[in-house]
Amino acid sequence: MKVVEGLLYAEDHEWVKVEGNVATIGLSDFAQHELGDIVFLELPEVDDELAAGDVFGVVESVKAASDSFTPVSGKVIEVNEDLLDAPEGVNSDAFGSWMYKIELSNKEELDGLMDSTKYTEFCSK
Amino acid sequence: MSNLQRTALYEEHVKNGGKIVDFAGWELPIQYEGLVVEHEAVRNDCGMFDVSHMGEVTVDGKDAEAFVQYLVTNNVKTMKEKQVIYGQMCYENGGIVDDLLVYKYNTEKYLLVINASNVAKDFAWMQEVVKKFEVKLVNISTETSEVALQGPKAEKLLQNLTDKDLSEIGFFFFENPVVIAGVECIVSRTGYTGEDGFEIYAPNDKITIVWNAIIEKGGDYGLKLCGLGCRDTLRFEVALPLYGNEMSKDISPLEAGLGFFVKLDTDDFIGKSALVKQKEEGLKRKTIGFEIEGRPVARHEYKVLKNGKEIGFVTTGYNSPSVGKSVGIAIVDAEYAVKGEEIEIQIRKKTVKAIVTAKRAYKKSYKK
Repeated sequence: MKVVEGLLYAEDHEWVKVEGNVATIGLSDFAQHELGDIVFLELPEVDDELAAGDVFGVVESVKAASDSFTPVSGKVIEVNEDLLDAPEGVNSDAFGSWMYKIELSNKEELDGLMDSTKYTEFCSK
Repeated sequence: MSNLQRTALYEEHVKNGGKIVDFAGWELPIQYEGLVVEHEAVRNDCGMFDVSHMGEVTVDGKDAEAFVQYLVTNNVKTMKEKQVIYGQMCYENGGIVDDLLVYKYNTEKYLLVINASNVAKDFAWMQEVVKKFEVKLVNISTETSEVALQGPKAEKLLQNLTDKDLSEIGFFFFENPVVIAGVECIVSRTGYTGEDGFEIYAPNDKITIVWNAIIEKGGDYGLKLCGLGCRDTLRFEVALPLYGNEMSKDISPLEAGLGFFVKLDTDDFIGKSALVKQKEEGLKRKTIGFEIEGRPVARHEYKVLKNGKEIGFVTTGYNSPSVGKSVGIAIVDAEYAVKGEEIEIQIRKKTVKAIVTAKRAYKKSYKK
């Protein structure tokens, strides 16, 4: 399992990269491994207002579909359209395959996320 | 995962990196390296599955043939010795108790292979039916293990481990015993993937020997250990039905598109009169294949619509590894079961367009 240092992680296995007031969000390597071969993604749309814990989309592997939850609140400002055409990218490069960028409306929510060490522990439980 | 059953091969799955899940009350691997890799191995080379969770019932006695004939929809009386046939057990109303394989030794001895999740229900059903016959039924499920070796290279691989000429075992026939790596097994040329291959039965305390001997020789034949994930995508692509999906107590074999295995011109069997009536009146529902525009996957029980009106439901859907499209099988009102018909599938909050196709997305390649 690959865990990148310097990112934040949610219990639902999203990774969060924070740059100023913008968070980039993707699915962790642990999650893609657990899900297996990913064949379809449903992502939010630009300008969607999401609250932490909202379903932002769906990640679908050959075997099952799972709702995905946004770990932080804010307005979606960019979506990785390329990934919709090639969702298997999440399997081959989970950290290179970002899903959407969100303008944070409550930066305090970041305190509730895990760093790479805590997330590694969390996954090994 | 307490209270779950383990097959005799459980430790081997863990040792080989199988990802274990609860599958119908059994701890079995859903995958090893990955569902798609394993799927492709079976289509192109060969793959091995632990299907020891399947149930086995022996039928012995002078009325054995009459009993099995009364129990199943297919014609048992025309079976040759060492032949295997596929059929269904029905309720009186034509709904399906389960589907099964019938192995014939002779007219007084058969082996029935049933689905894991239905073993208790099926055995209780058989015990009720058998009261009218002089037959002894024994449920040997818990002492019998089963391995399926499937794929175009299955015969060449297995031939390394036995003196029996496997090319002599015809499609849907079996031999017993076949000595594999020193273990006496029942070997049938059957399977659930649409590929050539074998199903191998042995006692629990011997199956590990067979399993490991196949692995040892497997490298030269591209053998992959396979989980139950790809077993489902493989069987689905060639439109082999699954109980609980394409079949249920509320779906008759005719509605499921399995009329070939229902011999209405043979002796009486349970459900026959209901099925004869259903056929005479015309089927109200039929099973179809469909192909979706784009990538979303239509899962089991998703609604099928026509111009917004509900006309049926999806029985199985996948993004098919072999054809690379999102396809599925559904049961719909008969008037829409026409190839080329445009339909819609309700996938979560969205409705997507689909087109009615043949049920089979991928061509079977059995040994002729």
